Amino acid sequence: MPNAIVCRQLYKQYPGKPPVDAVNGLDLTVGVGECFGLLGPNGAGKTTTIEILEGLLEASRGEVEILGMKWGQADDAIRQQIGISLQETKLSEKLTVLETLTLFRSFYNQGIEPAEAVARVSLEEKLGARVGKLSGGQKQRLAVACALIGDPKLLFMDEPTTGLDPQSRRQLWDIIRSFKDLGRTVLLTTHYMDEAERLCDRVAVVDHGKTIAQGSPRELIASLGGEHILDFSVTSSNGNPALTPTNLSDLPAVRSVRMEDGIYSLAVTEPHVALPALLDRLRQMNQELSNLTTRHASLEDVFVTLTGRHLREESSAS
Amino acid sequence: MKSSPIVQLTLARLREFFREPEAVFWVYGFPILMAVLLGIAFREQPIERITVDVQEGARAETATTALKAVQKFDVRTCEDATCRMRLRTGKTQLVVVSSEASGPGFDYLYDPARSDSVLARKETDDALQRAAGRQDTFTANDREFKEPGGRYIDFLIPGLLGMSIMGGGLWGVGFVTVDMRIRKLLKRFLATPMKKTHFLGGVMISRLCFLIPEVVVLLIFAALAFGVKIYGSVASAAFLILLGSMTFSGFGLLVASRAKTIEAVSGLMNVVMLPMWMLSGIFFSSSRYPEAAQPLIRLLPLTALIDALRAVMIDGASIFSQTSQVVVLAIWGSMTFLIALKIFRWQ
Repeated sequence: MPNAIVCRQLYKQYPGKPPVDAVNGLDLTVGVGECFGLLGPNGAGKTTTIEILEGLLEASRGEVEILGMKWGQADDAIRQQIGISLQETKLSEKLTVLETLTLFRSFYNQGIEPAEAVARVSLEEKLGARVGKLSGGQKQRLAVACALIGDPKLLFMDEPTTGLDPQSRRQLWDIIRSFKDLGRTVLLTTHYMDEAERLCDRVAVVDHGKTIAQGSPRELIASLGGEHILDFSVTSSNGNPALTPTNLSDLPAVRSVRMEDGIYSLAVTEPHVALPALLDRLRQMNQELSNLTTRHASLEDVFVTLTGRHLREESSAS
Repeated sequence: MKSSPIVQLTLARLREFFREPEAVFWVYGFPILMAVLLGIAFREQPIERITVDVQEGARAETATTALKAVQKFDVRTCEDATCRMRLRTGKTQLVVVSSEASGPGFDYLYDPARSDSVLARKETDDALQRAAGRQDTFTANDREFKEPGGRYIDFLIPGLLGMSIMGGGLWGVGFVTVDMRIRKLLKRFLATPMKKTHFLGGVMISRLCFLIPEVVVLLIFAALAFGVKIYGSVASAAFLILLGSMTFSGFGLLVASRAKTIEAVSGLMNVVMLPMWMLSGIFFSSSRYPEAAQPLIRLLPLTALIDALRAVMIDGASIFSQTSQVVVLAIWGSMTFLIALKIFRWQ
């Protein structure tokens, strides 16, 4: 499969005291037809990375190839074939949807008609409306329509659904899926694990400017060793010795144990094997169970296992 | 169907502007408002009335009768303190005093630095002398000369035109560009294959489109309301207006080239505009400033524009007699434009 994006040993340092390494040796390969997600907390370097790939920022060093071309050599050719949705763009409120799309269409040699672009993002009835009158979700869909107007082979989307209500998010996911169904490539950044899981063929988990894991959501979750998670907590201060993760790691079907804020999370392969064993163990240790849930493992668990932090936590690196 | 990007960018700017009523008022209404107010303030008073106070005294009656016989005097008799108070506050122009010491004549009390008082003194003296029996040696005929071109409003309109061209260039280009940078629209455009020259071309062309109604409205208003005419060739005036507009668009682009906030760009615009508002002779001739400062003042683009506009509009001069002003404008325009292009920040 030919690659839409190849990026090797990407570095980006912002001057400062001390200098900030926003991207720190990042590798990435995205095949044609893939929907690829950069998943990571705020400040992980996702936006810097995507803006370097979009040709809006210059890397400190490293190699980038977009659709087999390089920035600085074939800028116009690349720009003609990619579509971009930035994290936040305030399109002119006084223009109508049609006028905005006609303006963007005029920049591209080839592309689709504004009418088709609005159809792709289901904004047909808003064609004559002023941008200022659109809702947040509609504005975001218009931004995507502007990205689609040049009929791109490759679509970049930086945090496409941040700040949107659940219904608007689902609408955007549908738009992205139907774009992918045309055999086109999508690279998106997100800090929503559910978005990455549902939308992306593959994701790269990014932290502190590096990819710390790469693969399909399924593969990454499987790398935890267990696809199910048992979360439970015990009543504290009943005089018994404290329960530690080591007390639990030898249980059958348990692949990993972590404890956070009094909640124990066991990654298990077979809940029906692990659960009775866990209850037995707790009884032996005279621990009183106060809460117990089982769920499927998510990318959030992958991230927490890899970094010890949550995706939505404020990160100190920015 | 694909239309030209430069046309679309220009159209977008025009639409944004004309759909913003406040902006339309400030750009088109403000110069007219200014012309109306100043035109009223400095209108010609047809018959100059002269206000004279006669201080109560020995021959106050004689003076009052003599002055009242001449139509242009407004005469009042008051006591000493009131007269002085009225003189000090500018309510009267001259006080006629008849004291024992002045013999058969009168004393005139006035401020020689006030031109209206000097005039009042002369007129009053004539009237009183004639009443006392002085004979004129010949009779002079007054013939009125009153033609447009020499009035304050004729002087003012080219100044206002220049001011409006400067403001329009700086605001129209500078403010809008920074606003687009703040909204990350510049960055969004940069992410498309849009050519930067098309963007800048669109900004300049839309600026010229705004300029036409701006200038035409002000000139038509001045012609209808005050009879202001262009004595030189309209083509010369149009050329100067166009050149001036390009020059100040260059300034607009320069102040906007790096500014990241509206406050920053407003500050920069004031730095550019304030000295020229004061020095370049919008409301009064810049020749009032000391001789030593004149070469510098003449190098300011607004001075060059207004001086050349006045020469063409009032004196009927040809554009070829204004070469130095044209060169000053062209140099400022191309320099600001080139520097702006070099340091312009898209995001």
